[in-house]
Amino acid sequence: MSKEQILSSDGIPLEQSLKKAERKNKLKAVLLVAPLFLFLLIIYVFPIGDMLFRSVDDRMITKMLPKTFKAIENWDGQNLPDETVYKGLYEDLKFLKENKTYGKIIARLNYEKSGFSSLIKKTVRKLDKFEEGNYKEQFIKVHKRWSQPEYLVALKNAAPNWSYAKYLKGIDMRFDQDRNIVLVEEDRRIYKILWMRTLNVAFWVTLFCFILAYPISHLLATLPMKYSNLLMICVLLPFWTSLLVRTSSWMVLLQQQGPINDLIVWLGIAADDNRPELMYNVVGTFVAMTQILLPFMVLPLYSVMKTISPSLMRAGKSLGGTPLISFLKIYFPLTIPGIGAGCLLVFILAIGYYITPALVGGASGSLISNSIAYHMKSSLDWAFASALGTMLLVGVLAIYWVYNKLVGIDNIKLG
Amino acid sequence: MALPNHTPLNYRIWHYTYLTFCGLVFFFLIAPLFVILPLSFNAEQYIHFSAKMLALDPEGFSLRWYEDMIYGTKNPWGLATKNSLIIAFFATIGSTILGTVAALGLSSRHMPYKAAFMALLISPMIVPLIISGTAIFFFMAKVGLAATHTGIILSHIILGTPFVVITVTATLTGFDHSVTRAAASLGSNPVNTFMKITLPLIMPGVISGALFAFVTSFDEVVVVLFLAGLENTTIPIQMWVGLREQLSPTIMAVATCLIVMSTLILVSAELLRRRSERLRGINR
Repeated sequence: MSKEQILSSDGIPLEQSLKKAERKNKLKAVLLVAPLFLFLLIIYVFPIGDMLFRSVDDRMITKMLPKTFKAIENWDGQNLPDETVYKGLYEDLKFLKENKTYGKIIARLNYEKSGFSSLIKKTVRKLDKFEEGNYKEQFIKVHKRWSQPEYLVALKNAAPNWSYAKYLKGIDMRFDQDRNIVLVEEDRRIYKILWMRTLNVAFWVTLFCFILAYPISHLLATLPMKYSNLLMICVLLPFWTSLLVRTSSWMVLLQQQGPINDLIVWLGIAADDNRPELMYNVVGTFVAMTQILLPFMVLPLYSVMKTISPSLMRAGKSLGGTPLISFLKIYFPLTIPGIGAGCLLVFILAIGYYITPALVGGASGSLISNSIAYHMKSSLDWAFASALGTMLLVGVLAIYWVYNKLVGIDNIKLG
Repeated sequence: MALPNHTPLNYRIWHYTYLTFCGLVFFFLIAPLFVILPLSFNAEQYIHFSAKMLALDPEGFSLRWYEDMIYGTKNPWGLATKNSLIIAFFATIGSTILGTVAALGLSSRHMPYKAAFMALLISPMIVPLIISGTAIFFFMAKVGLAATHTGIILSHIILGTPFVVITVTATLTGFDHSVTRAAASLGSNPVNTFMKITLPLIMPGVISGALFAFVTSFDEVVVVLFLAGLENTTIPIQMWVGLREQLSPTIMAVATCLIVMSTLILVSAELLRRRSERLRGINR
């Protein structure tokens, strides 16, 4: 570096003024992105964070039984607790009774240990007859379960503000009364089945899409433009058509009196009075999802195949390779980026699919997202819905991360 | 794809198997859509090809389900159409403006952490709708925007922006920045440069992004299912409700109208894409 500094026209050293211009450009770019970024942050990222928070939030009961939990903190969980715990419980329950809000804790405590429902209801009913002092004896007189330590252990277990019990429930596990993590009873293990089915459906749908999309993408990429444009409509029209329209067309096709069943009967594969169930099971989910997601596989494959020069295959053949060998050694490896992009995209979309499984899947074809919707809209266990959602989200984001590494998110092409 | 005369038989067989397979896949893609069309003109109450229809007897066909769609008292398609159009209109405007502006920043080579921002801004397209719906519902309920048009429009803006960002960034990759510098050197301020120079050049990308945003909003059902009250019902919601109860021919009529609409959108998107490629000088 020479000692002499190069100056720009206004007398400021060039390096400095370049840096200033660079900073200004950077600021300009950031300011352009900022509105969308902030909008997304407030209405999208923050709510998703709130959802994570909801899935572990267990403060409702802590707020409702403050004195009980404060007193039970010092209890060792072995013998029956002393008078202070019962006194706290009496005061808390009395307060809840006056405000008529004790219903909420019943469900929560019953989840911790069954039998709490009748216990709390009976105790609250008799609460007015309680006399001051010696609450422990009076509680036990109302219901003998108050003398069984396991109920008080369950009460103590409900005390912490945060709980990952909902996550355990999402993988068919729970806390037993000694706070050990155990599997739930055999006949209640439904979530493992749901997760496995979701992965299974996503995997097979991705595979089917790949098998169907590869040849037609190749055809589209090698045909002369005027034919391929026409055929491309077959791919793009479903892509642009409403999801519900496409699902309803599958409902028409797959119903028991539908055209596909008519065909099966006509071909003599099944008797007319014994038409196979094609819908409201996993078969319907597979078929409909494959057709609906197929364009998402074709488009990335097509855009990669379009860039492969046909002379490469000719060169392979002229050097003595059979078509199969030329294909396996030359063409196929070149299409791998497209395969990766298509498969990851279809898998990501399939794993969170909701509408189609809900309409054509029935009970045996429903996926994890249907369970989230059920807990949001029907059972109203929002914390559990949030926990399932978070688990699904982590999975999807992991695949998204891989996608981003392999394909690069800015390489997504649409239409 | 005619084969030369000297092609050996096994290649010939292989080639025609391949073409047949492709034909079947194209059929699988497109045929389900065309099942709906004739059924919407069915004269009978059931979703079934009646004997009269198969015999092409004019009596087997009617427009009664279209009549029912428009004038039927029980069918809230009028309200649903109005809501869908209002919501999609404002959501499209919102996502197009936000998405285009963000794409301009993202395409600048001075943008720091470009990949991370891009990944974040695209994420609403990747995250399953059921999760977006759940999270947005909690938020809208908290700020009192559940069961309002505003709440639905805001969430549809989020779902639409990734498409605009992608299409506009794609248009900007071939963009020659010397034209904006030329405008600046001729004394134009940045806003004027954008309106007069940049925007007309990236217009095809902006419009095709807007089309995507429109279709996304118009077709979106999961988030609306969580957010909508009775007053906010949309076409997809009505279809969803109808499909869950029973397949009715009226739904087939609505579906036919939607297919016609998507055909129009497909044609305009295709024309735009070609125009964009011509404008940017990409020859294929």
